Amino acid sequence: MNAFFSLVARDLRLAYRRKAEVLSALFFFVVVAALFPLAIGPEAAMLRQIGPGVLWVGALLASILSLPRLFENDWRDGLLEHLMLSALPFGLLVLGKICAHWLVSGLPLVALAPVLGLQFDLPPDVLGMLSLSLLLGTPVLSCIGAVGAALTLGVRGGGVLIALLVLPLFVPVLVFGAGAVQAMQSGLGAQAHVSILLAMLLPAVFFSPWACSAALRIALE
Amino acid sequence: MTVRWFYYAAPQTFYGLAGRLWPWLAAIALALTMAGLWVGFGLAPTDAQQGEGYRIIFVHVPASWMSMVIYLSMAFWSVLGLTFNTRLSGMMTRALAPTGAMFAFLSLWTGALWGKPMWGAWWVWDARLTSELILFFLYLGYMALSSAIDDVRRADRAGALIAIVGAINVPIIYFSVKWWNTLHQGASVSLTRSASMAQLMLWGMLLMALAMWAYTLAIVCYRVRTLIIEREGHTDWVQALPEVAGVKA
Amino acid sequence: MSQLQVIALGCERGGRPLFATQSFSLEAGQAMHIEGDNGSGKTSLLRMVSGLSQPASGEVRWGGQAIAEVRHAFFGDLLYLGHSLGLKDELSAVENLQTVSVLAGQAVSRQQAFDAIQSQGLGAKAHLPLRVLSQGQKRRVALARLQVSKAKLWVLDEPFVALDGAAVQALQQVLQAHLQQGGLLLFTSHQGVNLGSSVLQRTLTP
Repeated sequence: MNAFFSLVARDLRLAYRRKAEVLSALFFFVVVAALFPLAIGPEAAMLRQIGPGVLWVGALLASILSLPRLFENDWRDGLLEHLMLSALPFGLLVLGKICAHWLVSGLPLVALAPVLGLQFDLPPDVLGMLSLSLLLGTPVLSCIGAVGAALTLGVRGGGVLIALLVLPLFVPVLVFGAGAVQAMQSGLGAQAHVSILLAMLLPAVFFSPWACSAALRIALE
Repeated sequence: MTVRWFYYAAPQTFYGLAGRLWPWLAAIALALTMAGLWVGFGLAPTDAQQGEGYRIIFVHVPASWMSMVIYLSMAFWSVLGLTFNTRLSGMMTRALAPTGAMFAFLSLWTGALWGKPMWGAWWVWDARLTSELILFFLYLGYMALSSAIDDVRRADRAGALIAIVGAINVPIIYFSVKWWNTLHQGASVSLTRSASMAQLMLWGMLLMALAMWAYTLAIVCYRVRTLIIEREGHTDWVQALPEVAGVKA
Repeated sequence: MSQLQVIALGCERGGRPLFATQSFSLEAGQAMHIEGDNGSGKTSLLRMVSGLSQPASGEVRWGGQAIAEVRHAFFGDLLYLGHSLGLKDELSAVENLQTVSVLAGQAVSRQQAFDAIQSQGLGAKAHLPLRVLSQGQKRRVALARLQVSKAKLWVLDEPFVALDGAAVQALQQVLQAHLQQGGLLLFTSHQGVNLGSSVLQRTLTP
């Protein structure tokens, strides 16, 4: 367990020393959120309507942008092989990397989204649900995305390829995540959505390390 | 029984088997297609509500079925391939993918063609059509991944993994799209509920489905033979084949 | 029963076998030097013995059992150093060594890591990010692992590359000490190596 935390700490330390990569994905989120009003028009009622969807899609795309980074660096300098040959369970180490990745790429989106939500004139309770839905949804995105990142390790056209592989699999999270916010907005209550997001989170966290290990072994043969 | 099974798993024996089968399958496919089209466009009665336009279902519905069945077959071969490490499994999955993608595309296109006279729109965000669209994306993803990886063995195994992950997700995706659809009160394109299915209509769809099945088997046999020649090109038995020997540079 | 047994191990590249199938065994205190031309498959062989790649045929046994079955125990006894060093440029030498030892299941303290780095003559740069070190210095950091490792089987792919004369001597001493303590060593090298006790030689041919 100690090793798990030390690996997560190591990845966080590395991300801190390579801030530019992390921050650019976040800025992408900000830019995308600004693009939609520019494209569609600033009329408040309409922005309120599209806000949840736009922010969820923006968070999704920003997540995908950060995925290639997940295993790429460790693969390039050979540390991934050391992880595979570790005395510790490989699945646990992979889970550690996914956790660190989410803390660095997913959690900031959760924090940033309500701020951007103000641009769409969303009321506070809706902003709260936006954060909650992203809090539950972004880990699932990291877990599913990690499998895509593992499969495309070192492959040409990696970034776009990951997006093509992983976006269809993201659809359920998007539907229920954005749906939760819209339900809150229309006053219907989002308990069902939140429960389903939770129901997706647990299997994702459980199965993803296993699928990623298999994918990484395939990639490293 | 197991011995027989693994006997045909060797590319060399499968090559021979596929070579003998595909012409028959192609002929059966042709015959069934003609029968199905005759029933669908000739014999089946005009629908009370939808007129002649509904006849597109004789292509649309079997194509949808096939796109899903083929994806499940791909997942099946993928599981076999990852478990038993056989080369043929990878080839079968690769051979199935383009046909599955084609049926998915056909289903979407015929769905649109059917929607236009019915609802005046080329595309309706119906639950089934949207799920079909996502299935099409899953096919594209598989094909992109397996062609992007140079090493054949890694490409096969990575493709197998994504096919399995996709197959597991298909029910989840379908459920979430249905939920999304009912929530937003989208149009419901229900082909089987609007027309009271006359016996003949069901027969027509069944014949077309079987025709597409036979076509798929024929084309997969043919494609796998090509893949075998490509991949096992360095072996003696392939060099000795009449079709290869003549092409020797 | 030999500690490490390699039985009919075969490797394929592009559908063709890369080298003639290899069978050998290694006991405690023995070293084996794998030779061969560039592209003959030395690295592939080492990777298969380490369990990183699946062999096209044959198997590897550790303590009599196939490594696929005793993965956990085998990895605990194994130290593999490949071409890529597994070091991160953004971390310092000490941090790198600590990370790698945690992964090996034998966490070392900061002081122990520092001592190992210092014995490689890099004490002054031990806390600087690795990117300021030269290639040869980075190699020495990677080899510092050998001093803190308790692994029985060392699989080293070209360990002597980019080392100066003094470093080569130092490494030879470390390897000899390892063999004397009953460890096993499997390595490749283009240079001649003097390890005191008789070293088994093996050449890979297609």
